[in-house]
This record gives sequence, C-alpha cells and structure tokens, in this order.
Amino acid sequence: MPQRLVVSVSPHIRIKGNIPRMMWDVVIALVPATIASIYFFGSKAIYIILVTTFSALITEALIQKLCKKPVTIFDGSAVVTGILLAFNLPPGIPLWMAGVGGAIAISIGKQAFGGLGHNIFNPALVARTILLISFPVVMTTWSPPRFISFDALTYATPLTALKMDNILTPLKDLFIGNVGGCIGETSALALIIGALYLLLRKHITWHIPVTFIATAGILCWLFGGAELFRGPFLFHVLAGGLLLGALFMATDPVTSPTSRSGRMIFGMGCGAITALIRLKGGPPEGVSFSILLMNAFAPLIDRFIRPRKSRVK
Amino acid sequence: MNLYVLENINHTNKEQKMKIRSFRGGVHPPEEKITFSLPIQEMPLLKKVVIPLSQHTGAPAKPVVKVGDRVKRGQRIGEAQGSVSSNIHASISGKVVDIADHPHPLGPPSLAITIESDGRDEHHPSIKHNNDYFRLHPNEIREIVKEAGIVGLGGAAFPTHVKLSPPEDKWIDTVILNGCECEPYLTCDHRLMIEKTYEIIQGLKIIAKTLEVTSCYIGIEKNKRDAIRAMREEIRNEANMEVVPLKTKYPQGSERQLIEAILNREVPSGGLPLDVGVIVQNVGTALAISEAVKKGNPLIERVVTVTGKGIKNPANLRVRIGTLFQDVIDYCGGFRGKPGKMIMGGPLMGFSQYTTQVPVIKGTTGILVLPEEETEEIKERSCIRCNRCVDVCPMDISPNLIAKYASKDRFDWAREYGALDCMECGICAYVCPAKIPLVQLIKYAKAQLTRVTGGTGDTGVTGG
Repeated sequence: MPQRLVVSVSPHIRIKGNIPRMMWDVVIALVPATIASIYFFGSKAIYIILVTTFSALITEALIQKLCKKPVTIFDGSAVVTGILLAFNLPPGIPLWMAGVGGAIAISIGKQAFGGLGHNIFNPALVARTILLISFPVVMTTWSPPRFISFDALTYATPLTALKMDNILTPLKDLFIGNVGGCIGETSALALIIGALYLLLRKHITWHIPVTFIATAGILCWLFGGAELFRGPFLFHVLAGGLLLGALFMATDPVTSPTSRSGRMIFGMGCGAITALIRLKGGPPEGVSFSILLMNAFAPLIDRFIRPRKSRVK
Repeated sequence: MNLYVLENINHTNKEQKMKIRSFRGGVHPPEEKITFSLPIQEMPLLKKVVIPLSQHTGAPAKPVVKVGDRVKRGQRIGEAQGSVSSNIHASISGKVVDIADHPHPLGPPSLAITIESDGRDEHHPSIKHNNDYFRLHPNEIREIVKEAGIVGLGGAAFPTHVKLSPPEDKWIDTVILNGCECEPYLTCDHRLMIEKTYEIIQGLKIIAKTLEVTSCYIGIEKNKRDAIRAMREEIRNEANMEVVPLKTKYPQGSERQLIEAILNREVPSGGLPLDVGVIVQNVGTALAISEAVKKGNPLIERVVTVTGKGIKNPANLRVRIGTLFQDVIDYCGGFRGKPGKMIMGGPLMGFSQYTTQVPVIKGTTGILVLPEEETEEIKERSCIRCNRCVDVCPMDISPNLIAKYASKDRFDWAREYGALDCMECGICAYVCPAKIPLVQLIKYAKAQLTRVTGGTGDTGVTGG
C-alpha cells in the first residue's frame, strides 16, 4: 500500500526552543522584580503592571486585525513589553496614563516598524520617553516605598538625592530595593536573580550587561567624586535604572547588535552615555536615553562587525 | 612526524588520555545512535535490483548491456562518461529486464538498469584476488579504483579515482581518514571501524601509497570510544598513522572542519582540501578500495543504517546496490506506526523521499524513518536577531542576512554576505528559534548565483 510521506528539504530535525518559549522565559525572569515591586510599592504596582500589559496586548491585537496580519499576542512579546514599561513608571502614575503608555509602546514603538523583530528602538523605552516628555511632572514625582528606613528625603530617588542634596543612600537599601524610583528598577537583588535565569537559559549573553555596568560604574567612579577616583562606584551601579536597563532592556536581541564584539561596543556606549548624563546632564538618570541612542547605532555596528567571511567589501 | 610517533609508542597499551580537538561553531544535537551496538547483518539476496546509472557526482554512466542480456555479479553494466564519472556494476547475477527511468533518491526519475536474479549469485570472471597488490604502481591502483566504480561513501559520492589523482602542481602531504559520522542516527561507519578495522587500515595504506604521502590521520568523534580503541590497536605498529579523537559535534565530518580540527589548516574560500595538501577519505571508501585492490571486488554493496523511531527493527545492513528501500524496510520488520518522513542519509543533510520504490545507491549511508509526530509542520516567525545561526555557523558567514536577502531575491547581497561559502550543513535552520528555513533559502541563493555566473558552489562537503 502506498504511504503518504512528507517531503521537505533538510534539515529534518529542529531544536525544541522557539520564540514564544523565549519570551515566556523573559516573563518568568521578570517575576522576582514584580514581586519586589509589589512588596515595596504595594498593590499600586500590580495595577500598573496589569494595565500596561493588557493595553499592550489589546493594541497589538487591534493593529494586527486592522492590518489583516495574523494575531500573535500569545507569543509573549507584548507581555514582555508591557511589564518592562510598567517597571519604568513611577508608582504614583494614574492608571489611564499607564494604559496610554502600553498603547504607545506597541503602536509607535513596535507595530509602526512592522512588528516583532523589525523595530529599531526598544518599544517600552519609546513609550516611557514619550510619557516623560508629555507628562514631565507626573513622570518625575516619586512616592516613597512602604518601609522607610531613614529620613524623609527618600521620597526622591537616590540619584536625585545625590544630585540635588549630595545625600548618599545606604547600599543595603539600594540592593534590596527599599528606595524611591520606578516600580521595577529599585531592587537590584530581584533583577539579578531574574537575569541569572536568562543567562542560564542562554537567552542573553554577558557581553552587554557587563560592559554596560562596568563602563557606567567606572566612569562614575573616575569622575563622580570631588576629585578623580573618588566617585561612589557601587552606589552608581545599584542606583537608578542601570541594572534594569543593562540586564533586561539593552539585552533585547531585536534592538541590539548581533555579534559578541558588537554587543560589547554597544554596552560600552550605553555605559558612557549613562555616566555622561548622570554626572553632567540635567536629569539625574540617563539609562533609557543611553539605550535608545545606542539602539540607533546598532545597525551601524552590525554593518562593520560581521563574521569573517561575511564582511562586505 | 617524530612527535606523534612518540605519542603512539607511549600509548600503545594503555588507554590514552584523550586530547580532544575540534573546530569553531557547530552544534551537538541528540545523537540517537540507536543502532551503534548492532553488528552488521548481511541482507539476503533479492529477486530484483534497480541500479541507477547516476550514483555519483558528475556525468551519468552509459549502459553497456541490453535488455535480455545475462549478467553476473560484479560485471560492468554502465561505463563512466568523461573524467568525472564512475562505472556501474551488476550487484547480482541474472537477467537485464528493463533499462528505463526509475525513481531516484536524489532527484527526478533517471535511467536505471533493472536486473532479475537467477538466484545463483555467480561472480564475474573479472573478479580475481591480487596477492601482489603491494607491488602495484600508483597508476595501476588508480586504474583499479576507477574500474571498480568507487565513489566517496560518506554521502557525497565523488568519484574516488579523481580524488586520488591530484593535479601535478598540488603537493599532497597528508591523508585523513574520516570516521567522524557526525550525523545523528547513522552508525554504519562506526560498525565498520569495529568490524573491518584491518581492511580499513589496509585501504588507508593503499591510499597513502597511491598519493605517496607519509602522514595519515584517522579522525573519530569521541563518542565512538570502542572504534577509537580498535583503530589504535590496529595501528600500534604504524609509525606514520595517528588516531585523533574529536569532539562530538556536528558537522565534524565535513572535510574543512576535519582539516581545521586535526591540522589547523584552513581550506581557502572556494578551494578544495588539496589546496592545503590534504586528501580526506571516508572509512567506508577505504574499505571499498581495499576490497577492490586486494580481492578485485567492484563497489556493488555497502553498509546502510536503517533506523529511526518509524522502523520496527533498526539495523546495520550490508545491502547490494540497487535494492529497493521497500525491500530493506520490509526486511527490518516494516514501519512502526505511520511513517512521517523517509530520509536517505542523516536528519541534518539527508534527502526526504516520496516513495519507497527508490533504490539504495552508493551514497546511501542510511535510511531514516521519522514517525508522523516528529514531522509536524512548524510555524515560522520573524527573525528576532538572536544571532544563534551566526554563532553556530562553522563557515563564519551570516545565515540570517543571506536568508533575508535570498527571500527578497537580492542575490548580489546574499553573495556579499558569504552565500557561496555555505556548505549546507543545515545547523542554522536547526537552531533557529523563529523556525526560519535559513539553509533552504541559502541553497536557493546559491543555486541562483551559480546558475547566473556559472561559478561553483561546491565546497567539498561529505555527509558523514
């Protein structure tokens, strides 16, 4: 009896992993930081996360329906964008504003470029920047975490406290996340646990985080003090959005260079711009701008750093 | 040379602490070598064989028998045409009943000679033992290899006599015997190295003598410890031979990667191993050479690994060339469950078949049957630039970009990013989390580019 056989070109086996699995792994890696944000900022945090995520999902589905493309909201990528955007918002933000942010992230940050894999800039950071410019007061008003351990000035972020009043937040508070700031950026511990999971699952490599954090830290140590080599190195590594940005935002494969050495250049660029803004710029923090700026350079870096036999003459 | 002579002397009797060499890139898929411990079985004679006239790289052979002729085992029935071609021999004795197009495992139906067995399996008078073989001149050996229709048995089926006749201006100093068998599932070379160790080394000596080289290496992946041990034992008194254990990694058995791992020499882009003074031969080919030179046997049978979850009784079988896949599968107890894909060769570079009526040819390393559940269609998504294909690519090209340009028919850019350096090992598509058919698109670009420029896309890869 003739059999029906499938015919295709080799290879005939594939790895088990796929994009949805990768994206849901990123969601898993964000769980510790989510728990930390709820612990330090209360139920407001979970509302913000839910609103940005649902807004991102609905926007994605709507645009894909309108453009008559297959709806891919279950691949996890919009969820990742939603959570990362929420992590970059202050705890006191009105929920409607968070919702607008989610819609901006997907519509302008991602779908306008053609959807997953085609965007140049990190969608969550695009939305955060647009919100920051549109609602500057709300976006820079910080409510304190629930367990204040020292004086009342903590309701500013550690970086603002340093820049305006020259107050250095204790490192222990910075490490566990008991400080003011965006809801997902404060707990270094939770972010590092999540990033270790991603490293273990081989979804990210060490190149961008290490070069990013080291460059920013070393530059702040060099130039951040009253004289050379007197800057607070560990403070700058743990404060603000550096860990969130270096571990979860700059490592987005879509918007960063592909080669290892390219990634290291990218990380160093992010670190240098971050340090420049923190030490010399107007705003106290520069992680998001540094990543967005380097996102723009990623294609250029890729063009010049290619595998040996792929170099265009 | 002196260095490894010493090494061999030091480690003749005790298990050598393995010094593992390899190449850059590559992957280690599940090995699935379910047949590795099964001794090679002889497949019983069949009523009918269908022998295609094109079983090798190069021009098809020309039939030299007519319908109705009686032929004997080992009789030449197809004559090589031109310089890159190979003779074809009858694999059983009997009557030629048909010379017509027949399904072929590597492409559209092509001319094949059908022989019906007379059940006697008589050999042709031309098959004679040669007790004086060590006195033969290199050119006489080349003539015997050519006459015997020997081709590379690792899968690529390049005529061996051509490989043994390097151009005058190329200096060959090394022969590498390829015992990597890096494709998952396949175990025919593994079994041969254990069961035919002596004959393989005889073949290697004949090759070395023909090419007048003094240094020989046998590259074997370290997952085949028993084969490494057997080969080491066999060459313990040979001063100029060394067994090199290699990392278990695909595509370790590709000529370029093998040369990089063993000699740290790089075959230039678009070049051949002989450009860096090396000839690579598969272990099965060495055995065939030994059989031809010593016993006068032409290449009329080979070992085929019949395997996969879709086969009832997986086995390593010695099969006459021209045996239909259907007969081989029936002998192995038939399909287990519903077959999804039937592949000639391994899962990474093999060719899927649409019918079981195709015959075993000289390049059939295995018949792999994957059950239906392993052949489900996978949804393709957008590239997220994760760079895994670039990280694993052993040729240092950019599969992601070549595939992107190929899908937009921008073949000029595909070439710029290295399309013609691709050896089609397929691991880019294997690792892609977006399930993009990367190597398939690169093959398409290569086909378009070589068609337009007439250049060569051949990179000398063997499937082994």
